Amino acid sequence: MSRRFTPSVITANALLSGEVVWLCADGQWSPDPRAAALFTDADLAQDRLAWAQGQAQAVVGPYLAGAKSGPDGPEPVHFREAFRRRGPSNYPHGKQEALCRG
Amino acid sequence: MYRHNDFDQAFIRQRNAQFRAQVERRLSGALTEEEFRPLRLMNGLYLQLHAYMLRVAIPYGTLNSAQMRQLAMIAERWDKGYGHFTTRQNIQFNWPKLGDVPDILDALGEVGMHAIQTSGNCVRNVTADHFAGAAADEIADPRPVAELLRQWSTDHPEFQFLPRKFKIAITGSPNDRAVTRAHDIGLRMVESDGEPGFEVIVGGGLGRTPLLGMVVRAFLPRGDLLPYVEAILSTYNSFGRRDNKYKARIKITLHELGLDELRSRIEARFAEIRPEWRGADQSILADIERDFAPPTFRKAPVDAFETAYAADPVFRAWADTNLHPHRAGGHAIVTISTKAHGATPGDATADQMRVMADLAQRFGYDELRISHEQNVILPHVHKADLPAVHAALRSAGLATSNAGLISDIIACPGMDYCALATARSIPVAQEIAERFHALGLEHEIGAMKIKISGCINACGHHHVGHVGILGLDKAGVENYQITLGGDGTETAAIGERAGPGFAYDEIVPAIERLMRAYLSLRDGPGESFLQAYRRLGPAPFKAALYPEEKAHAA
Repeated sequence: MSRRFTPSVITANALLSGEVVWLCADGQWSPDPRAAALFTDADLAQDRLAWAQGQAQAVVGPYLAGAKSGPDGPEPVHFREAFRRRGPSNYPHGKQEALCRG
Repeated sequence: MYRHNDFDQAFIRQRNAQFRAQVERRLSGALTEEEFRPLRLMNGLYLQLHAYMLRVAIPYGTLNSAQMRQLAMIAERWDKGYGHFTTRQNIQFNWPKLGDVPDILDALGEVGMHAIQTSGNCVRNVTADHFAGAAADEIADPRPVAELLRQWSTDHPEFQFLPRKFKIAITGSPNDRAVTRAHDIGLRMVESDGEPGFEVIVGGGLGRTPLLGMVVRAFLPRGDLLPYVEAILSTYNSFGRRDNKYKARIKITLHELGLDELRSRIEARFAEIRPEWRGADQSILADIERDFAPPTFRKAPVDAFETAYAADPVFRAWADTNLHPHRAGGHAIVTISTKAHGATPGDATADQMRVMADLAQRFGYDELRISHEQNVILPHVHKADLPAVHAALRSAGLATSNAGLISDIIACPGMDYCALATARSIPVAQEIAERFHALGLEHEIGAMKIKISGCINACGHHHVGHVGILGLDKAGVENYQITLGGDGTETAAIGERAGPGFAYDEIVPAIERLMRAYLSLRDGPGESFLQAYRRLGPAPFKAALYPEEKAHAA
């Protein structure tokens, strides 16, 4: 690949609920972004993405989303992904609902 | 208003049963997502940023109290207790679960509603003037024709796979409240030598290539409407581009072929198919018209209105901004603002929906409308009932006196919900409304349409806002472009881009500079922003938006 690979997580929406989920190292899908596996190797990321695309009974539309390592796990590098892991800004719905409940 | 007949009910039941089976097959693994996606979209079900979203059609924006109550029930039972009214007179539920959607569709079917053709490359919900059947300035109620178009286009086998989506808007008034020139087909009711008919406009649309529609037929006799619309769609279906989705709308066909060539192809097709139409459509239309017969407007003194207007300044402010002249004596059209300062434009809670349903039933001849400006309308209210209506709205947080003012903003869901968005819209709308409310400038500024889209697809109609705001992703940061001088009415115009975009925290101050410039430039309070812009041109407004460049130039 000519372009430098950006470290990424694999994310999608859960089939039944539509909720945002992330792929963990053990192949499970988690609603918690901190549990996501961070891929720093392009070939491995593509390989896992191909695997994720076969998970049609669990998720819809898996894709690679740029991320960086943080103290509590992978963190988004683009604001779109930051909104996906938080929820809308006009109501405390989505992920932030669970965070509020602790 | 029109009520679903046995045919409609059977059709919806069948479609809902089909969709229920499709969901089951998706969940069992018998259908892949690629196979299922077009099927769910045909039933209005999208997958958005955080969840699924169900878009329910409100045909030509008309609904009754039972339908509004059912929407409230759905919001509470299967969503998060609210719904979002859209710029195409639809309602969207932002948090349904896939497994619940078949039950939601059945619940809609119980009250004669559905989500069919709210997505996909087909004829979408036909929109109409939200004051239809009530406005004093109207030639005729456009909704019977809109309903005829709905029946004809729903599941029309020839037009389920058009090159791209297709939007039709219709107005019965010379004052265009339906943005007809920004639709694939815009229909304006007109008369020629006393004969009723339509001016037919084609090829309007916003999105990445904003274009105003052009008149393809200055006068079309009323009885020719369906065959002519069929001729347009048939021509578009044959010659519209399918190689590039960004060039697939009829506006591109119009500009690539030219108006004369497109017209001659439409007219040729019309001549070919017109003889096949032998009047069944007109007899159906006559039945539909009976369903839309106006209610028997009651006659009563309006003293209660006059007394409240004189005594209560809050009621007076609301009456001055949120009422519109009605065709029937003693009545008014009420705009219920969903735009309380700081609220999400177009959102209503289930409780608010029930309040509006109750008011429609008790005081409004059981009719409600959804406007493309994302407000709710009580089209027929006797003036004597207005103080009671206002009091009930006030206790439900629905009596904001801002219809047509700067806080009456259209905003698409933007990146708070939409998977296509490039930036947020809702918080920008909220902050503009709060800022001008705090400044106390809203009423002084007067007529002002700010429209905000969170991406180039322009669901927020930013091109036809007096001030348009377009949210973009500029190198990984939200950035907002301003357009000036747009107009969605009979004097339609596409706004002109003012200059470089503004960062998220710069956009509200920029709008404030713009409004202060207008207040100092205008030729008295009688000159609206749009009038001042047309008189003065963009230069002084750009100077207010970009003061540093002005300093450099000096």
